[in-house]
Order: sequence, then structure tokens, then C-alpha cells
Amino acid sequence: MVMANLQSLRYCLPELTLFVAAMVVVLVDISLKSLRRILNPSLTLLCLVLAGYLSLRAGAADSGLFQGMLASDSFAQFFRLLLILASFLVVIGSLDSDELSPVHSGEFFVLLLVVTAGMILMANSTNLAMLYLSLELVSLTSYIMVGYLRTDRLSNEAALKYLLYGAVSTGAMLYGFSLLYGMTGTLNLYAIRDAFVSQGVDGFNQYTLLLVVLLIMAGFGFKTAAVPFHFWCPDVYAGAPTPVTAFLSVAPKAAGFGILIRFFFSGLSQGTGTQWSMMHGLNWSAILVGISVLTMTLGNIAALTQNNLKRMLAYSSIAHAGYIMMGVAVLSQVGLRSVLVYLFVYVFMNLGAFLVVTVIYNSDKTFEIDDYAGMSRRSPFLTVAMSIFLLSLIGIPPFSGFLGKLYVFGAVIDQGIIWLAVVGSLNAAIAAYYYMKVMKTMILDEGDKNLPPLKISPVNMSLLVVLLLPNVLLVGFWNSIDRWVAASARLFSHSL
Amino acid sequence: MITLQHYLLVSAALFSLGIFGVLTRKNAVNVLMGIELILNSANINLVAFSHYNSANMDGQIFAIVVIVVAAAEVAVALALVLTLYRLLKTVNLDQADMLKR
Repeated sequence: MVMANLQSLRYCLPELTLFVAAMVVVLVDISLKSLRRILNPSLTLLCLVLAGYLSLRAGAADSGLFQGMLASDSFAQFFRLLLILASFLVVIGSLDSDELSPVHSGEFFVLLLVVTAGMILMANSTNLAMLYLSLELVSLTSYIMVGYLRTDRLSNEAALKYLLYGAVSTGAMLYGFSLLYGMTGTLNLYAIRDAFVSQGVDGFNQYTLLLVVLLIMAGFGFKTAAVPFHFWCPDVYAGAPTPVTAFLSVAPKAAGFGILIRFFFSGLSQGTGTQWSMMHGLNWSAILVGISVLTMTLGNIAALTQNNLKRMLAYSSIAHAGYIMMGVAVLSQVGLRSVLVYLFVYVFMNLGAFLVVTVIYNSDKTFEIDDYAGMSRRSPFLTVAMSIFLLSLIGIPPFSGFLGKLYVFGAVIDQGIIWLAVVGSLNAAIAAYYYMKVMKTMILDEGDKNLPPLKISPVNMSLLVVLLLPNVLLVGFWNSIDRWVAASARLFSHSL
Repeated sequence: MITLQHYLLVSAALFSLGIFGVLTRKNAVNVLMGIELILNSANINLVAFSHYNSANMDGQIFAIVVIVVAAAEVAVALALVLTLYRLLKTVNLDQADMLKR
């Protein structure tokens, strides 16, 4: 079932709100010079709340919007809410950051609103042209956000590096799309699936399709920071302003997994929307399993030797992409649910860890782990908060990260791939070492005794509490999360 | 007689040259030119497939979308190269290595 353009508009209200909000913030920024310091962030937050409310209200249409360009299903609903939530938290986290505040901030909020809308479109697109367009919308705006500190050399280098890696990998992806179009004669994901299923993939076509999948994985791997397309990740995370790094580590990664799932589940496997099976002639699951093993192992091992906390968290976010990829690779309903749970809990723990980095940079101007010594004396609250975020990242119960790990490993074992679960848990053990090392530095090391107690601004303090609560309490709402995720793990499956 | 295969060969050659250029060039502007080659190789594929293989115009419209996005991408890229030049007085990527340590 496909919907005409005008009828589709009412299912896109959240995205439209975000685009209009971006324009309003631009206008306010140039016209109300005296009020803009307060108006810009408050308007942005207000519009994000409005968009979130509208996406709760909109409901799933279960049809292809705009002549089959976008899907509007419960999976899309999930990603809308998740991405809007992540942007909302990032906006609050950026209010009190010494890196961003010297620079004029109007454009930052505009970019964030546009990139949020872009990510929602990206996670929901069911047409290769739409997919490419929205992916580039997300990429271009994030390049600018990374290079936001124009006079800072690190920020600039990071942005240029991000752009060059990004342009090459999306270029390779585009070449893959063009070959896919040549093989099937259509750009619609469902029509592509139908063409492959009805013609069958055999002989030479098998190798072409394998090549196409590898080329396309370059683009998706870049967005989700999966090995071997992760080279940009540590440099960009270290060079970008910390709130932007926090944003990049959760939101575009989640959107990347959204489109990865949509592409492989809807386009390259047989299924009904809740049950899928591998298409004959192409075993993409094996490729994703390989990528996920490489990603978590390399990410974790490289993280062991880092002294800069931002770089360490960058490698750790690569490793987390590996865990999430396991859930995609098993191609099952349980696997899909595990990805959604993991992405949801990951937002709170990773944003929390980066917020602590921001708070400490605000007072000490450092990202080095060694400089965190003596933090338990200077700010016990911050030390406890960071410990909870890190324990959650390790996946230790009762913190929410445990839920994510439990679901992912459960899905892998459910599918009978025991060796993958073993590799995953070994990796989780390696990860525990470097997270614990940060905690050890903060709690046990003495550090400089003359340093004064650390001050936390009221905004950051309240955001810390807001981020701590889900990390501690989410396990208690296990049932509701399970129901929500089970309802969300339903992909739109019709063809034209 | 020019067939689909000719176009595919040209585009494959362009793609490879683009990747080669990206990997070997040190000048940021030259790297951007390599990226343009990659995007245009995909465009040739799309238009050729649309002309020879399928009855629809999807491929040609996709190619126009790609051209627009490529222009936007180059605008952002050149802006970043320009700010890098203001800071370093060079566009050589080897000298932009502060993040490597």
C-alpha cells in the first residue's frame, strides 16, 4: 500500500516540526539580538518536545509514505522517539559547556534540529535515493558540527578528516546502489527484494551481489563506526567539542543501525515484517557476524592503551557497535528486539559518561585520564555518577547496560551461535578492564591535594541526575521495555 | 555501437581512479577531486542502467539528486579546507596531524 504525497504529510508532522523549528531559530537568532541567548535553546527544546509529542500522537500508518519513499511503521515510531530524546538530552548538555559557550550558538541549535530530522528520515527511508539523500543530510550537518570551533585546530582537523572518510565511504555506498539498481531496475527496497526473490540469485549474480553488499556496508559501517570503516572515529571524537562527540556517539549511530536493519531485513531477506529468513544466494549474516567480531575485538583492544578519555570512549563506542551488530546479524525477531533495547539504554549511559567529561573539562581543561586522580575527594557525587555510567557500559547488573547485553547475548544464543556469544563475553571482560581503570584513577589515586573541590553548574547537575535515573531504574521497568520493544520490532513489509 | 558494457567499464575505471586519487594525493583539494570521480562513476552507472535496462526514470532522477548533494558536499568541504588553510597556511593533509600524536 502506498500513500499519495498530500495524505502522507500528516504522518510526517514530527519531521516537519523540526524543519520549521530550524528556520524559526535562524530568524530569532538574527532578529532578536538581546534575547537570543535565552530564546535559542528554549525554542529548540520546546520544538523537540513538540516533535516528540507529535510522534507519540501520529501513530503508525503501515503504508509507504510519499509514493513509497518512507516507511511509517512501529519501528519508525521507535526511532523517532529515540532520536528526538537523544537530541533533547544533547541540547541540555551543550548549554553549560566551556568549549561551545565562547562561540556564538544559534547555528548549533539549527544544525542539531536539522540533523535530528535528517536522522529520522534516514532510519525510515525505503528508497535508495531517499536513503542516500537523508544519509548525506545527516553527514553534512555533522561535519559542520564537528568543525564548529572555527579557530580551534583540533576541531578543524577532525571535521576535515570526518568529511574525507565520510565522502569516500558514502561514495562507495552510492556505487553499490547504482549496481543494485542495475541488477533489479528499481530503487524501492521492497521491489528490490521481490526482484531477487522471484528471479533467484545464482551464478555470476551471486558474486555481484556480494560485491554490492560490501560496497554498501562501507556507507553503513561509516555511520555506525564499525571496523574496517572506523578510522575516523577516534580522531573525530577527540577533536570535536564534547557535546558534539556525545551526540555523534549515540544518535547517528542509532540512525545508522536503523537503516542497516531496514536495508538488510526489508531489502535483502524474505519476510513478513515480523519473521525473516535469509534470501537464497546471499548470506549477508555471515558478513555482519565477521564485521561484528572484528569491530568489538579491535575496539576493545585499542581502548586499552588510551590515555585521553575522549579517545577511550571513542574506541569503546566502536566496541559497542560490535555488540549491537551481533543482534542485527542473527536476523530474528529476538535479535531485532535486542538491538532496540541496546540502542535505548546506550543513549543514557554514553551521554552520561560524556557529560562527566564535559563537567570536568569545564573546571580543569583536561581530557587526560591521569588528571582525574583525586576526583573522589574533590567531588564525590561526580565520582559516583561516573562509576554508575561506566558500570552500566560494562553491563553489570543492576544498571541498565546489563539489559542491553542480556538481550543481545540472549538473541545470539537463541540462534545457536554459541561461539559468537563466547567471543562477545570475552570482549565484555576486556572492556571491564579499561572502564575499571578510569574508576580506579578517580577513586583510589591521590592526585594533587591542593586542587579545590569541583564545581558543577546547576544545569549540568540536574542533567546528571536525569541521566542517572534511567541507568539505575530501567531494570525495574523491564516488563514495560520488553512490551514496548516487542511492539516496535515490526517492519513495514508490503511491496508496491 | 556503444553498449551498456562500455559505460560500465568507463564508470568502473572512474571509480578506481577516484579511490586511487583519494589514497595517494596529499593535497586536500586533490582528494576532493578524487571523491567527485567516485560520485560521478556512480552517476554514469545510474544513467546507463536507466537507459538500457529498465523502463523507468528512477536512475536518472537519482543521478540529479547525487549531483545536487555533491555540490553541497563540496561547498562544506571547501569551507573546511579554507579554515584549515587560515590556521595552518597549507592544505597538505600530512601536516594536519595534531590528532594522531
